[in-house]
Amino acid sequence: MSNAVIAEKRPSTLRGASMPKWSPWAIAAGSVAVAVAVGAGAGLTKVQWGLISGLLFLVATYGIAAKVEGRRQAKDRIATGLVWVAFLVALVPLVSLVWVTVVRGVKVLDVYFLSHSMGLVADSQPGGGIYHAIIGSIEQVGLATLIAAPIGVLTAIYLVEYGRGRLAQAVTFFVDVMTGVPSIVAGLFILSLMLIFNVEPFGFAGSLALAILMMPVVVRSTEEMLKLVPNELREASLALGVPKWRTILKVVLPTSIGGITTGIMLAIARIAGETAPVLLLVFGNRFINNNPFSGPQQSLPLYVYQQYAAGNDYAYDRAWAASLTLIAFVMILNLVARAIARWKAPKTGR
Amino acid sequence: MDTSTQITDAAPPTPEPSTAEQKRNARGATRPGDRIFLGLSRGSGILLLVIMAAIAVFLTYRASLALSKNHGNFLTTFEWNTNITPPSFGIAVLAYGTVVSSIIAMVLAVPVAVAIALFLTHYAPRKLRGPIAYVVDLLAAVPSIVYGLWGALILVPHLNGLFGWLNDFFGWTGVFSWDQGAPRSLLTVGILLAIMILPIITNVSREVFRQAPQMIEEAALALGATRWEVIRMAVLPFGRSGVISASMLGLGRALGETMAVATVLSPDFLIHGSLLNPGGGTFAQNIASKFSEATEYGRDALIASGLVLFVITLLVNGAARMIIARRKEYSGANA
Repeated sequence: MSNAVIAEKRPSTLRGASMPKWSPWAIAAGSVAVAVAVGAGAGLTKVQWGLISGLLFLVATYGIAAKVEGRRQAKDRIATGLVWVAFLVALVPLVSLVWVTVVRGVKVLDVYFLSHSMGLVADSQPGGGIYHAIIGSIEQVGLATLIAAPIGVLTAIYLVEYGRGRLAQAVTFFVDVMTGVPSIVAGLFILSLMLIFNVEPFGFAGSLALAILMMPVVVRSTEEMLKLVPNELREASLALGVPKWRTILKVVLPTSIGGITTGIMLAIARIAGETAPVLLLVFGNRFINNNPFSGPQQSLPLYVYQQYAAGNDYAYDRAWAASLTLIAFVMILNLVARAIARWKAPKTGR
Repeated sequence: MDTSTQITDAAPPTPEPSTAEQKRNARGATRPGDRIFLGLSRGSGILLLVIMAAIAVFLTYRASLALSKNHGNFLTTFEWNTNITPPSFGIAVLAYGTVVSSIIAMVLAVPVAVAIALFLTHYAPRKLRGPIAYVVDLLAAVPSIVYGLWGALILVPHLNGLFGWLNDFFGWTGVFSWDQGAPRSLLTVGILLAIMILPIITNVSREVFRQAPQMIEEAALALGATRWEVIRMAVLPFGRSGVISASMLGLGRALGETMAVATVLSPDFLIHGSLLNPGGGTFAQNIASKFSEATEYGRDALIASGLVLFVITLLVNGAARMIIARRKEYSGANA
């Protein structure tokens, strides 16, 4: 009994003094208060208030912690503070981006906007819409997917199920390198073909460039998914005398189909926002053109760029609304893809 | 196991068949279905190689058409006049602008991205980690044109304060002097690119930090190390090459970024000593801006500049992949 009382009264010699848990919050509140007082007194901007409070917080933390807990703990607290500050600073532009797009985008985004083209509206006038851009985007991205998805999946099958040796190594390396090809270079490649064959811009040319950008992404993600399929499944099927190609089609692919779908949808989300190749190859159009194989088309990202370039408030409103549509499309695709991944995840455990 | 290999030649008997066995399996595929399927999948792989080769060949061909008639020096000329005779164009300004804006982006983005990755793996409250990582993933998917629109209409007006401040305190260096022009300079581009590549670098770094061996971290903690000491001694050394390759991937993105630069920069064909004064250009931005008024010859000239960009990004990405590959062997030995 008496021992316990003594132990409670005397601080343990094994642990140094430590600051209470609420101390970072207290220091943060104190430094913000001082910064606001100084900032309001000297008439500084809110950004400067933030900077002053951040600096004060770091200095105060280091000073107090060094005094109470020692230098090593003080350094630890500084690092914690810096990591938090970096996180909060990075949040500012990213939150601003999403917030501004939503707030400005909803201004003109309505059914009329989604169902009309720019055919009868000049860039300097209000009204008009993105129907032609949505049609163009869907067709170009759809065709690109039709080309890139089978090639990508088959390549991944080759790499995982068959590939050993030089060819597979080369393919693996160049798929990696291809991931980094800038979108404008893919556009220039198709452009060089169009210059040689003397073709005017049309939607499908854009699809070809988008397909080049999409293929490596599909290969990478499909490869990862196929590797997750347990070998026992393949062995069981082969041991029953099923040919290898049927094993792949009936056992391996169905097991990993969820992940493969997810990968393809993420790749679609990525190419749907590509502007540069569309700018070079599809050219843009104010009117509705349903045929991707002849004549220039519009696409959503290109529409945003052209409305921005028009440079007046009505055009800016349309640009924001189209951006919001584009972001919404990409986000929905992302969310659905992840939902599928979770729902169809290969059950490796028992 | 043994009996099955004796009975059917085509079955891979072990999870990791040896090269010889695999080759025999591939070749021993005598059933027509097997042969067709192997042909299709191998054909797709070869098609990818052909596409890469075709990109290089066709870009080089069109570029050579343009370069043969170029009156300026392709590497040192400070102008881009393809509509006059004789035409004269060079990539000096573009190379400078591309490299400088990408370096600014890297300097700003890499430390912050590493800090956020550490935040997500070691500092954030456990409940928040999943959702924040999710949001970072989504941000990586935001199209670049939206970043461009935001940069031009929101970021640029907000940079007047920063540019004035830099000019007041660091203007004497010359690098940060500012003539009160619109803040649409290489520094603006660098800042916007930094924001754009932040999610990518964060994602890859987070994956690497998450794989840092838990045992070593716990051992360090047990010896009385603070959290920062654990990170400095166990996490960062483990993740160094991963962070380097993540940064290179981000660099590849920054080098090739087109629309965000085209919307934010107000270009000219001069190299400015100051990062704050508008002007300069990048490869991709120049192609996008000059394309609409270019003749066929002008397009070939743009393709020539695109070829240079292609080679640069190939080198950067190849280097990044090589670092990752080395890392794999290393961590495989450890695991």
